[in-house]
Amino acid sequence: MARITAGIACSHVPAIGVAMDQGITDQPYWQPVFKGFEFSRKWNEENKPDVVFLVYNDHCTAFDASVIPTFAIGCAAEFVPADEGFGPRPVPVVKGHQKLASHIAQSVILDEFDLTIMNEMEVDHGLTVPLSVMFGDRKPEDDWGTLVVPLAVNVVQYPAPTANRCYNLGKAIRRAIDSYPEDLNVHIYGTGGMSHQLQAERAGLINAEWDQNFMDELVNEPDKARKIDHVEFLRETGSEGIEMVMWLVMRGALDEQVTEVHRHYHVPASNTAVGHLILENHA
Amino acid sequence: MTEKAYDDIPGTFVFDADRSREGYWLNQFCISLRLQKNRDAFKADPEEYLSRFAMTEDQKQAVRDRAWNRLLELGGNIYYTSKLAAFDGIVFQDLAAIMSHMSRDDYRKMMVDGGRSIEGNRYKSEWEKK
Repeated sequence: MARITAGIACSHVPAIGVAMDQGITDQPYWQPVFKGFEFSRKWNEENKPDVVFLVYNDHCTAFDASVIPTFAIGCAAEFVPADEGFGPRPVPVVKGHQKLASHIAQSVILDEFDLTIMNEMEVDHGLTVPLSVMFGDRKPEDDWGTLVVPLAVNVVQYPAPTANRCYNLGKAIRRAIDSYPEDLNVHIYGTGGMSHQLQAERAGLINAEWDQNFMDELVNEPDKARKIDHVEFLRETGSEGIEMVMWLVMRGALDEQVTEVHRHYHVPASNTAVGHLILENHA
Repeated sequence: MTEKAYDDIPGTFVFDADRSREGYWLNQFCISLRLQKNRDAFKADPEEYLSRFAMTEDQKQAVRDRAWNRLLELGGNIYYTSKLAAFDGIVFQDLAAIMSHMSRDDYRKMMVDGGRSIEGNRYKSEWEKK
């Protein structure tokens, strides 16, 4: 049977991808960011997933203002890295697991979560940066070393789905994956965050104390974390900090009790607080 | 517009349905610049390219002026307007500096020193006291 063995939380700051693509990760500015990913890559190598279920948000790349699905699952055979205005990232095409993706779609829709199904979709830095963090440098002609089922969440137009809704969707995804007959090691990623505001006069906002507390709650008291409301996210963590609802999808798909095997927090990467967790299921 | 629970957050435009409706063509213009052929067309004849989108005159003027906060006020969303900035060769962090009225170096230093503090930046009332 398929099983979720671990959950990974990870910021998806585009500049992290740019730093890797330009080979400047050992510069003093970037060194502390990437130092915190060294453990992750080793851990990932030792606990290699067959499939990553990757919760991220599209940044008006695949979805412009004309279509704004709250939750969209990628059921395509492959997902091409998009041109986000500077040319596509020089990274591999992302390969899907079509049978698992459509099984999950069917299962969670019958479980009353009405997903949008994407049979064609380009993917942006929101998806490829966390893969780069965990899988290291990969050239376009390489492969990522895992199959991926993407789930795009709207966090651009208010309101994003609530933290609680995301958490419960995570539980439905867990039920779906648990009921898939193929023997697969699945990791689930919740990406984005942590505190950051990219716009207007409050740009650059960071709330490290809130972020650390959120990580504690997410790991040990998810029933608290899933009750955080949107205004708290907006006020305390910046207008783009609301991306952290996506971490709740990941947490919902894990056991009630998990082991935190790695935590990394650093300010800044560009305009953003970088947060990263690796959580293992016990079973 | 009715009072919203997030209206008292300072220096922030929450991109909700009202802003999305107002900014629809502005945002569609901005996002079109994601593609090279559209960047080429905008570069070749900015006014002709702008005329392809049903923006208000205020929105068009804010585009011409590159008035970044005004664009947000008129319904633009940062992920869209940043495509216009990218067209101009402005990287995200420098755009953030411009929007918060700081020099590039001061903004960068603020971020390296831990970012803009949350203290004093939660409520508009805190800014009005300044």
